[in-house]
Amino acid sequence: MADAENALSLLVTLAVAVIALAFPFVASGYHIYQGAQVLIFAIAMLGLNLLTGFNGQISLGHGAFFAIGCYGAAILMTKFGLPYWAAIPAASAVCFVAGFLFGFPALRFGGLYLALATFALAVAAPQILSYTGFDAITGGSQGITLAKPQAPIGLKLTSDQWLYLVCLASGAALYWAARNLARGRIGRALIAIRDQPIAAETMGVNAALYKTTCFGVSALYAGVAGGLSAIAVGFVSPESFGLSLSLAFLVGIVVGGLASLGGVLFGALFIEFVPNIADQLSVNFGESAKALPGAIYGALLILVMAAMPTGVAGGARAATNAVMRWLASSRPIEVANDGGADVAAKYEGKGESP
Amino acid sequence: MGEFLHQLASGVALGGVYAIMALALVMIYQATQLINFAQGEMAMFSTYFAWKLIDLGEPYWLAFFATVLVSFIGGVVIERLIVRPFANAPVLASVIVFIGLSLIFNALAGWLYGYSVQSFDSPFTGKPWFGAGYMSAHESGSIVVTLAVLALVYAFFRFTPLGLAMRAAAQNPVSSRLVGVRVGWMLAIGWGLAAAIGSIAGMMAAPIVYLDPNMMGGVLLYAFAGAVLGGIDNPFGAAVGGFAVGVLGNLIGAYLVGDEVKLSVALAIIIAVLVWRPSGLFGRRLVARV
Repeated sequence: MADAENALSLLVTLAVAVIALAFPFVASGYHIYQGAQVLIFAIAMLGLNLLTGFNGQISLGHGAFFAIGCYGAAILMTKFGLPYWAAIPAASAVCFVAGFLFGFPALRFGGLYLALATFALAVAAPQILSYTGFDAITGGSQGITLAKPQAPIGLKLTSDQWLYLVCLASGAALYWAARNLARGRIGRALIAIRDQPIAAETMGVNAALYKTTCFGVSALYAGVAGGLSAIAVGFVSPESFGLSLSLAFLVGIVVGGLASLGGVLFGALFIEFVPNIADQLSVNFGESAKALPGAIYGALLILVMAAMPTGVAGGARAATNAVMRWLASSRPIEVANDGGADVAAKYEGKGESP
Repeated sequence: MGEFLHQLASGVALGGVYAIMALALVMIYQATQLINFAQGEMAMFSTYFAWKLIDLGEPYWLAFFATVLVSFIGGVVIERLIVRPFANAPVLASVIVFIGLSLIFNALAGWLYGYSVQSFDSPFTGKPWFGAGYMSAHESGSIVVTLAVLALVYAFFRFTPLGLAMRAAAQNPVSSRLVGVRVGWMLAIGWGLAAAIGSIAGMMAAPIVYLDPNMMGGVLLYAFAGAVLGGIDNPFGAAVGGFAVGVLGNLIGAYLVGDEVKLSVALAIIIAVLVWRPSGLFGRRLVARV
């Protein structure tokens, strides 16, 4: 039973990989750009999901770390002349440190305070970025314009295709890293801290260290995404990093599925295309269509938490399990195993603790 | 000196708005140990309701009290329909639901009333009641309204049986239930009161920050800072904290960093309090039970 499930998940992963690889060679320029955006969002949400889904910490301010990565990469490239493949890792390292330091005070006092502090960070971020005192570095409210990197000489790819592939490679590597992190000892410690903080500490898990490091790693993911976004868009400006970006990430992981790493892809598709569709609708329906993404996001947050706390990924898993059970019902000896797998799946995908 | 007093006075006036907003947050925190991230957008929506009534030609104070009443009912309904089902859910789920609520109210306001900035007239016109030369008529009126709200809330919780029951329900739900307090309803009334108080904060803030669907973002942030500074489980502390961050924000904004990064001052206050005195000035120290 578990084998069948593993085979199925491998099959799904392979299919997604094939589609993602083929996409830039069949789609048109703008769609490739959108595809890169989806991958970038997915990377940021991988980080947020490690933090919120696995470790149970709430960040309402990941947009700010995304912004640090974005600005960091842009500044290193324009002011220091670093190539993008060096600037993005450097900016992400800065994000790791920033996340670690920011999480440090807030983490000691429970999830609510972290939510509060990160909320404040998200609200304040655009103001800090456009602060006139930093104009010389950040470009103030004008932002920074970058040249989009070209494909290495010898590869016959457009700039968009190349950027998409860079995002895809980064995303795949970071997904692999997150998956290994989540499945191993560290992942178990993170989940234990989420579900039973006191018991976890009794077992010798250094909760404060794990939590701050998790926050740092999560910020690093957001930083990579931010850096990639800087080169993919070719422009950074303070207004793109408001509270709404942070909340969109949260919406994405809730819809995709808390504590589901695969679900972030769905979440990213969701937050990329819902505002897009709303934009198209506003052509016909005027300004009121601007309210649509917010309304959908808000309603979905509440509905998902009420009806399907494991999100789309959890729902898909439950459906698969139901089908498997139905298939297995003719073979009674397998039912016990199936029950076990079901409980394990439920535990794994569970975004909440009693 | 005159400029300094002017900044101080408008800081106190703004601080009053933060204080009652912080009070609304504390009211919900005391009963449920949760911070309502939707408080700002709820207040914003209430303010639009008042604006619509005034726009339809109703006198200001009628609109004011009607809005407070409707907000109270709205708060009770929200608690019953949306918040109640998550009563036993983990903090994460509740925070997500609050964020969902705030997104819905923001979208609803934009959809019903549009995204363009509206002016919201103050009921206090002509000469200020006090502090002439240093504050506007609205600022003086707003301070009076704030103090009245604080006094009323204090009197309600101190002297009425319902207030006593609500305090009991917040402090010890199990024992309260045993002596016949309907704890569930007390929570709902708490939400109603918080929404009503929040609506007053919104109506007092609107003439200063103008009316648009995102008007309360900064106010809510400062209210958070005030609540954290004063101690998030202490209504008195939250009120003091609200006034304090109002004054601090204005002075630091005017003399040290510039008004354009005023929100960062609130962020800095929140982080500073969390680092040095997480229970706030008047809050109880947090002790986790093992």
